[in-house]
Amino acid sequence: MSHAQPASDSVLLDVRADFPALDQSVNGHPLVYLDSAASAQQPSSVIDMVAEYQAHDHSNVHRGVHTLSHRATEAYEGARDKLVRFVNASSRSEIVLTSGTTESINLVAQSFCRPKIGPGDKILITHLEHHANIVPWQIVCEQTGAELVVAPIDDRGQVKPDELRALMTDDVFLLGIGHVSNALGTVNPVKEIVRWAKECDIAVLIDGAQGVPHMNVDVQDIGCDFYAFSGHKMFGPTGTGVLYGREELLEAMPPWKGGGDMILEVRFDGTVYNELPYKFEAGTPNIAGVIGLGAAVDYLTNLDLDRVAAHEHYLLSYLMDKLGAVDGVRLIGTAETKASVQSFEIDGVHPHDVGTILDHQGVAIRTGHHCAMPVMDFFGVPGTARASLAMYNSVEDVDRLVDAIDKAKQIFA
Amino acid sequence: MNNVASIATDDVRELYRELILDHARKPRHFGRLEDATHTAEGINPLCGDKLKLYIELDDSGVIRDAAFEGSGCAISVASASLLTDTVIGLPVAAAVHWFENVTAILTSDSSDPTIDLGKLHALEGVREFPSRVKCATLSWHALNSALENDKTPATTE
Repeated sequence: MSHAQPASDSVLLDVRADFPALDQSVNGHPLVYLDSAASAQQPSSVIDMVAEYQAHDHSNVHRGVHTLSHRATEAYEGARDKLVRFVNASSRSEIVLTSGTTESINLVAQSFCRPKIGPGDKILITHLEHHANIVPWQIVCEQTGAELVVAPIDDRGQVKPDELRALMTDDVFLLGIGHVSNALGTVNPVKEIVRWAKECDIAVLIDGAQGVPHMNVDVQDIGCDFYAFSGHKMFGPTGTGVLYGREELLEAMPPWKGGGDMILEVRFDGTVYNELPYKFEAGTPNIAGVIGLGAAVDYLTNLDLDRVAAHEHYLLSYLMDKLGAVDGVRLIGTAETKASVQSFEIDGVHPHDVGTILDHQGVAIRTGHHCAMPVMDFFGVPGTARASLAMYNSVEDVDRLVDAIDKAKQIFA
Repeated sequence: MNNVASIATDDVRELYRELILDHARKPRHFGRLEDATHTAEGINPLCGDKLKLYIELDDSGVIRDAAFEGSGCAISVASASLLTDTVIGLPVAAAVHWFENVTAILTSDSSDPTIDLGKLHALEGVREFPSRVKCATLSWHALNSALENDKTPATTE
């Protein structure tokens, strides 16, 4: 999605009515929700699916012979099947259900990396990452004596390709990189980056939390080893997420949490672990949430993510043009290829105050460091104001944002 | 100027009163205090507010000078500025009493008519903005920590 590319408003979708949370007034104004990168709203189909399950089908999965347990298991595993198709995994064994991107990344750090790395090995990340793609690697480096290396970015918020490649040395065990930056919206050319990494025999994990809500993702085409994402960023319930992993890697990895459901046989002299993907799914999972996530996949698939991407591309271009033209507003994150996120600051107004004044006009944005403190340090700001778009946003939403910013400027003038 | 007039009646102005904006734009006693006898940091990790408060006590336990530095939103900066204005010249016990009164007024649902905040009354607008109360109380918690010689940064999270 390129900012410079022209687009016609004929690409715009009109799906706001599918999202009941958007149909309300906040502080006396119709809600404008521009915080989907923090958590996206859910369509009625997701909300209804979860309610239907809770009301009629709830039981534990993989356990009982009774009818409700069977229904719950069918619905839960049916959601997994949808997720297999959604990212084009090659089998169900490759889709591990987790509580979110954070857990998925920690799983890879602890189960894939920890047994295999030590002093002299490196984990490579970039300066753009969300804390969830930094701290798990710091922890495993502390545990093993491996070194965490950070690839630099330029002042538009893009990873410097030559420097990234130069850091891909023989001693790098794994590269962890975001598909789309949550703070700046930068889209990384992950397919190309994976190709470079593979030339150096480096495993690649992609943090796709901000990728899957905005574009078609094909993990086999990208060629990555792991792809992590969250349900609540893609219009599903919180507490759900996915780790896609290549089957031969997952097969060789030890479990990282022990408990029920992840075993075939337990004896005091030894336990036989369950097959993939259940080996990594200890304990009763978030059954209702996962079933809701399946409904979110259906929603996105029916809508067609290419159309979603076109809609958001048009709106992001519009937003960047309008915001960029406001006196005293500085856009932060102006990468050539971006998706659905724009950080900014207003001269003389702290982002926190911007957030309050906008909220007062019914406009919800995120303010602060966006769980990406190194990115804030790079741009020399304590935090930013961030507007993030989804397919339910409109041109009017962007206009309301700009009007609200005018008010903030007037108050602080 | 119709637009501006309409804003003046907007109750977000209750939060950003002129006195608050004035102290946010031109914070008093801003900077480092070389002769500080007591210091404390205040940090709101979620918002990125971070300030350091300096207190200089004389031999009789009276606050001879106070200052602060750091960065934060208009509310946290104005509150810190008003704090320094308020506590200079006060005995420690009186400053702690101010801490107790300010935090009580800003965090409770009902006003206590026996407490007179004086010009700190300007901070009362935050009561209508629950997510901003911690900004207004941050420096006051730092004051309390400094006077108690507590080395851990104060936080209102």
